[in-house]
Amino acid sequence: MLQPRSIQSSLGIRDKILSLDFILVISILLLGIISMFAMYSTDGGEFKYHTNSHILRFFVFFGMFFVVSFISIRFWHETSYLIYVGVFILLLGVKYFGLTSSGSKRWLDLYFMNLQPSELMKIGLILFLAKYYHRISIEGINSFRYLILPITVLIAPVILVATQPDLGTSILIAAGGIVVAWLAGVRAKFFTLSGLAMLALLPIAISFLKPYQKSRILTFLNPERDPLGAGYQIIQSKIAIGSGGLFGKGFLNGSQSYLDYLPEKHTDFIFTLFSEEFGFFGSLFILLLYALILSRIIRIGHMTRSNFGKLYCYSFATAFFIYVAVNMMMVLGLLPIVGSPLPIMSYGGSSMMAIMFGLGIVMSCKIYKDVPVN
Amino acid sequence: MLSPGSGNTVIKSKLISRRMFLITAAKAVVMVGLVGRLISLQINQATKYKSLSDKNRFREWKLAPERGAIKDFFDTKIASSEPLYQLHLVPENAKDLDNLFVRLKAILNITDRKVSYLKRVIKKQKPWEPVIVSENLDWSDFSRINLFLHELEGVEPIVSVARTYPDNSSAHILGYVSQISAKDLQTKEYLKELAVPGMAIGKTGLERKLDQQIIGKVGYQRYEVNAFGKRIREIKIDEGQAGKSFKTTLDYEVQKYTNELLKDKAAAVCVMDVYNGDIVSLVSSPTFEPNEFVHGLDKAYWNSLIKNDKKPLANKALSGLYPPGSTIKTLVALSALENKIIRPLDTFRCKGKIELYGEKFHCWEKEGHGIVNLRKGIQRSCDVYFYEVARKLGVDRLSETAKRFGLGKKVLNDFIEERSGVVPNTKWKKKYIGQNWYLGETLHSGIGQGYFQSTPLQLCLMTAQIANGGFEIKPRIIFDEKNDNLRKYLKHKNENPNEPLPTDLLVSNFYLKPLFKNQEHINLIKDAMFSSSNEPGGTSYRHRLENPKFTFAGKTGSSQIKRFTEAQREAEVKQESLPYKDRDHALFVAFAPYKNPQYAISVLVEHGGSGGKAAAPIAKKVIQKVLERHELRRSVNNQIGESV
Repeated sequence: MLQPRSIQSSLGIRDKILSLDFILVISILLLGIISMFAMYSTDGGEFKYHTNSHILRFFVFFGMFFVVSFISIRFWHETSYLIYVGVFILLLGVKYFGLTSSGSKRWLDLYFMNLQPSELMKIGLILFLAKYYHRISIEGINSFRYLILPITVLIAPVILVATQPDLGTSILIAAGGIVVAWLAGVRAKFFTLSGLAMLALLPIAISFLKPYQKSRILTFLNPERDPLGAGYQIIQSKIAIGSGGLFGKGFLNGSQSYLDYLPEKHTDFIFTLFSEEFGFFGSLFILLLYALILSRIIRIGHMTRSNFGKLYCYSFATAFFIYVAVNMMMVLGLLPIVGSPLPIMSYGGSSMMAIMFGLGIVMSCKIYKDVPVN
Repeated sequence: MLSPGSGNTVIKSKLISRRMFLITAAKAVVMVGLVGRLISLQINQATKYKSLSDKNRFREWKLAPERGAIKDFFDTKIASSEPLYQLHLVPENAKDLDNLFVRLKAILNITDRKVSYLKRVIKKQKPWEPVIVSENLDWSDFSRINLFLHELEGVEPIVSVARTYPDNSSAHILGYVSQISAKDLQTKEYLKELAVPGMAIGKTGLERKLDQQIIGKVGYQRYEVNAFGKRIREIKIDEGQAGKSFKTTLDYEVQKYTNELLKDKAAAVCVMDVYNGDIVSLVSSPTFEPNEFVHGLDKAYWNSLIKNDKKPLANKALSGLYPPGSTIKTLVALSALENKIIRPLDTFRCKGKIELYGEKFHCWEKEGHGIVNLRKGIQRSCDVYFYEVARKLGVDRLSETAKRFGLGKKVLNDFIEERSGVVPNTKWKKKYIGQNWYLGETLHSGIGQGYFQSTPLQLCLMTAQIANGGFEIKPRIIFDEKNDNLRKYLKHKNENPNEPLPTDLLVSNFYLKPLFKNQEHINLIKDAMFSSSNEPGGTSYRHRLENPKFTFAGKTGSSQIKRFTEAQREAEVKQESLPYKDRDHALFVAFAPYKNPQYAISVLVEHGGSGGKAAAPIAKKVIQKVLERHELRRSVNNQIGESV
């Protein structure tokens, strides 16, 4: 305790493994395994492309999670800005070299996978701001001088992503950034004011929305508006979940997904499929797993000594929660369809990579909880 | 600021934790909200969403039931459901559609137009929805297809069931079936739950009248379908229930025979059992091919039916309205006797015409009939005699008798094509024409012209009710072993000639309704009709049947289309020399055998000229045919036991 730094920097691999948060690791693994079954079901009960690819990705990024965990939090603190800048460059790359699919340009072709840098930006922004607010003193936080940079690093990627166009992800990126600022102590008044400003700008923003985005919002407000068109996804998802009942229709028996009524069942609507097949109790179990993961992350944030670690863990936990909540509210018909994956469960390499990377840093905070970052 | 001074750090750490606490509380609220939503969807509304999911999941295809058969009196099927060979094509199973069509054209007789039509249909439909390449293949085409089936991928030979009629002899009374239309669905309540797309329903005649019972109960196949409507697998099948079969009173042999007799004429024949109203034959000519309607009518054929002046689609026996002409004289005489206006031997002098109310009324016999009594009046069909009788009788009393004998109202139930005709009287004219009755019109009515309108079926019923001694009968086409009261009554009376009971009590015991005041009057009319057909000078004497087994008693009639001008009358213009459209309709009613009446007949030949020349010869042949089959018919009737 007297020389924490020397003790922790010389941690052996065995010590590192032993100081892992096993409950968190097991929860993630459990969720991962559940997601594999769900993916197997979306493939109609066969090991097809989505299932195989999802299993492979899960284990690759789960491995990456450990690698990231075992690297000192100090390293991650030091490279935070660099990571942000790297991801930002990738985002710019998307703008010029990106792959276009169904009308939006979101991906970079890396030959072995299509990378979606906007997913990585979710973590990158949190890292950047956590470091930034770690470094400035409590008195400086609310001075205008120290607001310029955070606002810039927040707005720049949000605009880039929003114009891909990918409204959902850009909102989620912004949410992560705002959470860091809030936790760091930026005054509530500031959020209220910018909130009001946003509201004032809303009509202008709406005029920039693509027709399909407007239609999604209108559809959310009244799904029966166009039951075969834009309202279809919400209605079919609610039917699938509702018809699951208490115990669900059974594994591989989700008729809504099996008969192709569910849209995007591999990605955004994976929870719908699970909920249809495993019912209320299955859904509750998933929610509890997510709650457990969250509580472990918060616990780690509580344990960690550095404010960088705390800011990061709390922010990540909150952002993680927002991703889960937004996805679930979306498939339960409580939010418009904005296109946001369910962490760990949904098919998608970049999202999996970002979440595992983010969790790895959390775990690094745990292993190196007593290491001061500077 | 860069100093991680412990105080600063601790304050900051506390601030972070405080704010995190707020956020965590908010998270808990959202979590509770999510769980609440799950409870609402998966527990509270589970039933609703389960049924919605099933609605998504299952789709039912209705199966058209087999239509019941219609049989004649001798159980010969005159409308049945027979196997039908069709060729369907499922585009997604075909590897090369163009090539397939080339092969099909080589095997079947398919036009290029049909092929391009089918290709258009295929483009519009989902690839797994079948298109019908051929609705009705004959057996040789069907077997040829099956022979080449291995090289015709995507083609499916289908055996289905369709309405089939053995021939067109009974087309009008049976009616036809055709594809269900949007209007049918709106107007017919019973179709609402059994409408199957493409199902044939009865459109006219018996097919329409019996439709609700003959159509059967719809079955269904329940399939699991995917979001695009493709059938994944069959879950359940219910074959439905075939419709009820019906036995009719018609004699298919007579139908065929009569139809052949009437060929190419615009004519109608109705034959009825005088005791129970069984319609033995009801033929309208020219006829049409009912089988053509089952699978969507060929346009050229439809046009040929519509454009034909002889109106093949109309059932002239039920819906053709014709002035009864001289056939009404039987009722005029009867009415006059019943109302004590004349006595049978009262005479009038016929000089070929009379002048009344400033108008000339001509007899068809220019030279006049001389002294005429009732019997001679009917025998020779003397117009002047009946002008005199009608004048004394008055139109209102005549109309009462005519209505009692079945004129002026519908005779059968539920035949939409049947029309009621007109029995004019003073009230009727006031109501429908808005004018007072002229006395001259009474005279026209007395010879069945003027406003009088009747159907051949009504005239047949009128004759039957005279023939059976003046009792009301209800004509029927659906066979019913009961309701033969009149025969039972006569049998009873013949077996117990000395029974002391008064006639009217007997009548009420047998639920009969006499149409006369004095049955002797009926016998006088029957005798007069006998003389008209069987005594020299009678209007149909030339076409009598001398064999007492077949001897009939009849009355001719011709209903005027166009009044003769005085000039034509002077020139003695013959009907045959008039243009077809201007010739009179020829009518003939009769019953046979005279001694022991069994059947009544009415014959109408549109623009046939005179009843004696055009209609009586047809009646003669049909009567002989019907009577030749009488023993057979009675023997079937007596061994009824089999229910239909």
